[in-house]
Amino acid sequence: MDDFQGRRTDGSTNESTNESRDGSAADDRLAELFAFLRRRITGDYEVDEFGFDPELNEKVLLEALRPLYRRWFRAEALGLGNVPADSGALIVANHSGTLPVDALMLQVAVHDELSRPLRLLGAHLVYQLPVLGHLARKSGHTLACPEDADRLLRKGEVVGVFPEGFKGIGKPFSERYRLQRFGRGGFVASAIRAGVPIVPCAIVGAEEIYPKVGDLPALARLLGLPYLPITPLFPWLGPLGLLPLPSKWLIEFGEPIRTDEYAPEEADDPMLVFDLTDHIRETMQRQLDALRLRRGPAFPPIVM
Amino acid sequence: MTRTVLVTGVSGHIGARVALALAADPEIDRVIGVDTAPPPSPAGEDGAVLGRTEFVRVALRSPDLVKVIRDADVDTVVHLSLVSGPGGSGRASGSGGGRPAMKEHNVIGTMQLLAACQRSATVRRVVVRSTTAVYGSSPHAPAVFTEDTEPVEVSHSGYARDATEVETYVRGFARRRPDVTTTTLRFATLMGPGVDSPLTGYFSQPVLPTVLGFDPRLQFVHEDDAVEVLCRTARADHPGVFNVAGDGVLLLSQCARRTGRPVIPMPSPAFRFVSGLARGARLVDFSPEQLALMSHGRAVDTTRLAAELGWRPKYSTAAAFDDFLRSRGGPGDLPRALVDWLADFVRPIS
Repeated sequence: MDDFQGRRTDGSTNESTNESRDGSAADDRLAELFAFLRRRITGDYEVDEFGFDPELNEKVLLEALRPLYRRWFRAEALGLGNVPADSGALIVANHSGTLPVDALMLQVAVHDELSRPLRLLGAHLVYQLPVLGHLARKSGHTLACPEDADRLLRKGEVVGVFPEGFKGIGKPFSERYRLQRFGRGGFVASAIRAGVPIVPCAIVGAEEIYPKVGDLPALARLLGLPYLPITPLFPWLGPLGLLPLPSKWLIEFGEPIRTDEYAPEEADDPMLVFDLTDHIRETMQRQLDALRLRRGPAFPPIVM
Repeated sequence: MTRTVLVTGVSGHIGARVALALAADPEIDRVIGVDTAPPPSPAGEDGAVLGRTEFVRVALRSPDLVKVIRDADVDTVVHLSLVSGPGGSGRASGSGGGRPAMKEHNVIGTMQLLAACQRSATVRRVVVRSTTAVYGSSPHAPAVFTEDTEPVEVSHSGYARDATEVETYVRGFARRRPDVTTTTLRFATLMGPGVDSPLTGYFSQPVLPTVLGFDPRLQFVHEDDAVEVLCRTARADHPGVFNVAGDGVLLLSQCARRTGRPVIPMPSPAFRFVSGLARGARLVDFSPEQLALMSHGRAVDTTRLAAELGWRPKYSTAAAFDDFLRSRGGPGDLPRALVDWLADFVRPIS
């Protein structure tokens, strides 16, 4: 995060200086690049116990996602004041879009607009896959299990979770912006145990990137996948069908729901956890409907 | 009260170092080291490497051990003779009889030792060396294991299974003899100048094969810290199960970059095939659980140990690994030199 702010101030001084100072700034940037390369090539960087590699995340992975966030989806983040600046929080978001692009965009939003790394809790499937599982760890995410969630929240991290899971991300286009059933509410129990606020988050825009109009359940089972979608472009256009449609995105962080009024032991009270989970789900549905109205059409020239 | 410490597996590197350190302690009157083979001492059989430790050549599963414990009025037992590989690559106590002999040594040996301790009226403290391998390596497990984490899948092979069984017997012993302080130490992979393990063998190869698409988290404990923890738990009562590891983690890719050696990523079936060949050729002894480790990695939480001992390991995971590399002639400098050369080359142009 220091690096991030450092780069910003760097940029502002650049604009106000003359040619010669500009030259030395370019030199500095080059020196910084080589220092970066040297650190990477000699393995001289830090990775946390979850495998999070902040430097790689900031300088390479997020860098690759930013154009998608800013230019392709024209994403805007709202309600930034609702996420605590320096303590633990649990962001609970709706999940949609056939592929978890919304998770990546939420990560960019939290990192760039709030200057905090987002630690997502991901599905088992992700961590079984080569490349993907380890990339997910390097960008700060981990498996959705109570142990990892508790540990991250205790460390004061911003943790993100999509309680709908595959039911949300894999739902047909006709059910867009309808929240699916939440899991067992394990995320609520974790928040109570850690006494951190739950920040409901509505993501509008992800539903339209790959409109899922059909499914190939038999083939999906064969491949061990939760679903195999048919979209207007996939599989008809082959790899080109993987191009997300450029819908307009809004990401809104809602009013935090406090959990510090409960004693940590109350996390074991199923009734309380169920009630709180329902309350959060209703809040999110209202928030989602309002935000969808506010955004208007997904593809401005066309109404959808 | 006189104090007598019995150290098993004393011919191994860590066993010898622990015996030596305890023998140097004026508060301990006698240190008896037992193993199936004499320590690989350059000074012959007088045991110069062990200081004033008395060496007794005895198999753990033989009745002689009971006699040793009874006759010497042993009050502390430090059980280190856990063999990690059937080949016994360099380990004197491995006795190289393949997997059945290894299991016999690890599991039956521990049972016999604990049976002897249970009979003894003098034993007050038992310290057992275990391994973090008991947690397994799985993509379905939590990222960081605490002592209370149940392993997702119980390992069904080799070392990890032996250690799991050993721990079961230790728990049983602790239940039957609540008056004896029992300490189980789960060590992360040992690292250091004197350590000879499958993983140090792996990192000493000229090229490092890795599993394509996997970059496991590894955790090391420096041999100095391991010896320190064992001595501290042998000197005072610290009942319970503790993880022992250096702070922080290193990714395998990070380790490989630190060695400066080239990496060959290969799909996991090919990796398994190559490590099978290497095992057959006795180059690197890589068991199935090490293969899992090289794919999924493992990290453990060490706050319980730090709280109990009021002490933190001197070497972090990274420092332990760097110390190991220094002892093996230091990291290869080619990649670093290349970057520096490139930086020097580009700078004048801009």
